[in-house]
Amino acid sequence: MALEQIIFWSLILVAGFSAIMVVVSRSPITSALYLILNLFCLGGFYLTLNAQFIAIVHIIVYAGAIMVLFLFVIMLLNLGDESKLRERIDWKTYISISISVAFFVELYYILMIQTPIPVTKLHVNSAEVGTVEYLGKVLYTQFIFPFELTSILLIAAIIGAIILAKKKFTI
Amino acid sequence: MIPIQYYLLFAGFLFSVGLVGVLIRRNAIVVFMCIEIMLNSVNLTFVTFSAYLGDATGQIVVFFVMTVAAAEAAVGLAIIISLFRNKQTLNINEINLLKW
Repeated sequence: MALEQIIFWSLILVAGFSAIMVVVSRSPITSALYLILNLFCLGGFYLTLNAQFIAIVHIIVYAGAIMVLFLFVIMLLNLGDESKLRERIDWKTYISISISVAFFVELYYILMIQTPIPVTKLHVNSAEVGTVEYLGKVLYTQFIFPFELTSILLIAAIIGAIILAKKKFTI
Repeated sequence: MIPIQYYLLFAGFLFSVGLVGVLIRRNAIVVFMCIEIMLNSVNLTFVTFSAYLGDATGQIVVFFVMTVAAAEAAVGLAIIISLFRNKQTLNINEINLLKW
């Protein structure tokens, strides 16, 4: 077995296990730590796909910014009593799980059985496409308008977060 | 060489796991984390197609998805803090202010 395949399957094992543990673990702190593991594995997937810049940005943005935000909120809220958040297993749980399993089986049928996808290996340009130069050239020429719109989105998010967290809303 | 189907199927698996989490968990913070898992699985399909087709558009879209995810996490966690101040709970079954 080639080194590439060993890396791929071990990444699949760790990422799948950590994703399942995010869902089933009791305390939110454990979920957050498993989610960080999952995000690092996804960064590894991006590296195997020759998308170096996306991998680094993914690690910085998710593990560095978003998960720190999550952990801060969990710490600030101080959920001492786990008993108030006791999860029950009832008929809704079984319905949700069966819906998701049906979704996955549909995807399996479409991808593996029905239509063979003609693309079988990485494109010859894929190593060049993932670099900063290529992505920057495309981002600042072809996608300049969505890129500028992104700044408005971020401004709106900053203002919204500050106003929501600052004011004392009475309900 | 790894076929493209394996990446796509694994992204579908991650999406299913996130869907189960969103549907069955009661803790609002864990629901947010499961939404992040679903966003990441979609990002994985974008990067996969981008690498296998040699086109940069997929990786550019991943940038925008990451921006939206960061904005969504900031605003969502601010809403959670504001809700916790008022209701003293994170159970999404007890947060029913908009339900008629």
